[in-house]
Amino acid sequence: MSHPALSRRQALATAAGFGLSLNLVARQAFAASEGAQARRKMILVICRGGMDGLSVAPPVGDPDYADLRKSLALGDAALALDGAFGLHPSLTSVHALARAGEARIAPAIATPDRARSHFEAQDVLESGAASVYGAQSGWLNRAIAGLQAQRKVEAISIGATAPLVMRGPANVSSWSPGAIVDAEARLPTLLQDLYKDDPVLGPALARGLATETMAQSALGGDAMTDMRATRSGMAAPTTVAAYQRQGQDAARKLGQTVAGLMREPNGPQIAAISIDGFDTHANQGAQLSTRLGYLDAVLDGLHTGLGANWKDTVIVVATEFGRTARINGTAGTDHGTASAALLLGGALKAGGIVGDWPTLKPAALYENRDLAPTLDMRGLFKGVLAEHLGVDDKALESSVFPDSGGVKPVSALV
Amino acid sequence: MADRDMEAAVAVTRFGLGARPGELAQVRADPRGWLKAQIRPQGADQPQADAPTAQQRIAEFREYQQDKRQAKADGDAVPDNRDPVKRAQRMLRDETGVDFAARAQLAANTPAGFRERWTLFWANHFTVSATKLVTATVVGPFEQEAIRPHVFGRFAGLLGAAETHPAMLLYLDQVQSIGPHSAAAAYLKRPSPRGVGRGAQNPLQGRQVGLNENLAREILELHTVGVDGGYGQADVTEFARAMTGLSIGGFRERADMVGAPIFRALAHEPGDRTVMGVRYPAGGKEQAGAILSDLADHPRTARFVCAKLARHFVADDPSPALVERLTRAWTTTGGDLAQVAATLINSPEAWDPTPAKFKTPYEFLISSWRAAGGAPRDVSVIAPTLNALGQKAFSPPSPKGWPDDTLTWAAPDAIVKRMAWAQRFSALAVGDRDPRVLAAEALGARLRATTATMIARSESRPEGFALLLMSPEFQRR
Repeated sequence: MSHPALSRRQALATAAGFGLSLNLVARQAFAASEGAQARRKMILVICRGGMDGLSVAPPVGDPDYADLRKSLALGDAALALDGAFGLHPSLTSVHALARAGEARIAPAIATPDRARSHFEAQDVLESGAASVYGAQSGWLNRAIAGLQAQRKVEAISIGATAPLVMRGPANVSSWSPGAIVDAEARLPTLLQDLYKDDPVLGPALARGLATETMAQSALGGDAMTDMRATRSGMAAPTTVAAYQRQGQDAARKLGQTVAGLMREPNGPQIAAISIDGFDTHANQGAQLSTRLGYLDAVLDGLHTGLGANWKDTVIVVATEFGRTARINGTAGTDHGTASAALLLGGALKAGGIVGDWPTLKPAALYENRDLAPTLDMRGLFKGVLAEHLGVDDKALESSVFPDSGGVKPVSALV
Repeated sequence: MADRDMEAAVAVTRFGLGARPGELAQVRADPRGWLKAQIRPQGADQPQADAPTAQQRIAEFREYQQDKRQAKADGDAVPDNRDPVKRAQRMLRDETGVDFAARAQLAANTPAGFRERWTLFWANHFTVSATKLVTATVVGPFEQEAIRPHVFGRFAGLLGAAETHPAMLLYLDQVQSIGPHSAAAAYLKRPSPRGVGRGAQNPLQGRQVGLNENLAREILELHTVGVDGGYGQADVTEFARAMTGLSIGGFRERADMVGAPIFRALAHEPGDRTVMGVRYPAGGKEQAGAILSDLADHPRTARFVCAKLARHFVADDPSPALVERLTRAWTTTGGDLAQVAATLINSPEAWDPTPAKFKTPYEFLISSWRAAGGAPRDVSVIAPTLNALGQKAFSPPSPKGWPDDTLTWAAPDAIVKRMAWAQRFSALAVGDRDPRVLAAEALGARLRATTATMIARSESRPEGFALLLMSPEFQRR
């Protein structure tokens, strides 16, 4: 709603005439001067369960890889990036983006947590703390709270429940497909009244209704009907391949819908999406192909759906830990340490891998078992927050990632 | 007692699963006595009499997998009744769906709501999730066989039953774990016979043979001492070695052993094991049994599980005094869960009238049916809503089970979806009843004046009932 032709003083005068809050207009004027930053979008995709980095970005050029991974090693099947690394065959959209200089890998990255527990590692990944402390708020939420003091920033988590990374002082919205709100009914209005003193339900309902309205406008009635049909009805698929196709279609549509929400006027600039199912202890090959196909479809949906806004976007894909360097006794892998993260987006600078490759030599393995981390996950997040969204260093080292002065932001990403 | 009406309301809505019409009036005479009478040595109620066993379900699934391979080999022209995808859909609907509906009906109808909530806590503590196809049909039998009979016995008994049940062994990948130095591993790794007529083909040729540490880790981290329980990676690996051999019968066993829990001595890793500083001499299945028994008795286990109980029953952030009292009851009685339950009932913190716990989607739906005096007819009227609210039937996303804190479940999207469901549900459920009466019967002394006034002013019965279901005090417990 900014009006570039109006000077700040004129705007204030006009606003005063209409009785608008001066503070609000001052903020909008400030936002207009920061237009470029306000257009920028960031999406965090959390892959839960411990995604196997050595399969996401297989180090095909590492001489020890094939022997450690045996039947799980992706040799010629990997989609080639360079002589050293490839991408999993299910990641076709990511591969196309990488070839265009719009996707990069961080092949040996980890949170500061070393306990190999899903729940502790996810807590640390999302809270941004140096160690687990049962945090009630997430780093992305605290970064948003800091930005909101300077400009209007909206954020959303996708899914029926709120992930830790998006919980905290800043009010953020959440959305998932499927709500049908009867706009004619009085119930929403009555409930807003009934919730007016409720610190949890009041803001939650207001935000939920606003997002639902936006989603309906972003999608149009037909698209909503399509989403519901994809989820719950139509003819049930009759082959396993059809099941997987249907899952990927739904995933692509989910990505496109989130992108549509982000393109709405006043839509969110920041989004968080969770994908489950990466805990591959047994018969990893088939399970991981399906999950990575789903991830790839979500990312493709975001890419195509963001359209002209893709050039202002950075997507980060991260997981709580990687998996053992060696295949285990049941054609799977157990909980490990470093994994791969993915960076995608039109705002990204082209470049090689992010961070160093520790190699898979026996002596280089962490505790003679896992890929060793060479990059702290917080450094990657810090780099994106600083360069892409303009979060200042002081906030990054204290409120966003407490006591992380020693962890340098990765630079030259955007 | 200061306020018998408030005590009755707290007993039925916080300890229990919500009030059915008329229930508060019955409980009012003696709320604490009503709760204590629900503790009984034979354990929880069973949702289904003569239910199929886990063993039957696993045998059926194994047969399904075999037939699926055969159908593939037979090529096209597979008749409908053998189509693998259709068969899987049928199993999920007729077995998993029926089990889940029976459990929801028990919860909606039971006059012993505390006993069922207590049971659901333990089923969630020892999560087996239907997120894997191989475990999808055994979650119901797992709860019936391994959880429900043991919820008021000693924790050690519950732990042993849960960890060695075939459903848990399948869910956390124990079934395939083989000791790397066991006789079975040596046999499976032997060079393959060359040439024609050199004996049977080794069916597992080329397959990886060895340890899987998933179950060992989750027992330590989630079921007993907790992530800060003082164990390390070496303890996890040692425990996993000790458990090798625990498996379920396959087609190479006797027909009546398919799907049954068995101990394969030949797959057991030989040697002594050291777990958390204790040495366990070489042996068979008693080695893992001794470790489980020590973990059940470990003081960290008492504290970890009692803190979780306090969080579930009382508040997301319970008082240390309450946790301490429950822990003491646990340790002084050797983990007698009946005594721990009685201690919880006697704890003043649990009777704070302020509704502190936000209901999970399952709790919200079940308490809504109870408020209406009904029960879900079948799985189709409850599962899609649970799915949309983020709590898919029998399918927690990880072995940690469902969270039960406010921040997880009170996200904006979830509130809008609860509202949309309450709107549809109340239109069907309220009938010609007065929502003011239903509100008083559902919440008793916990109904606030503002909510009662708004319900009284509603313009239709469905609107009034939906307001009750969506009121802040009904959304919490």
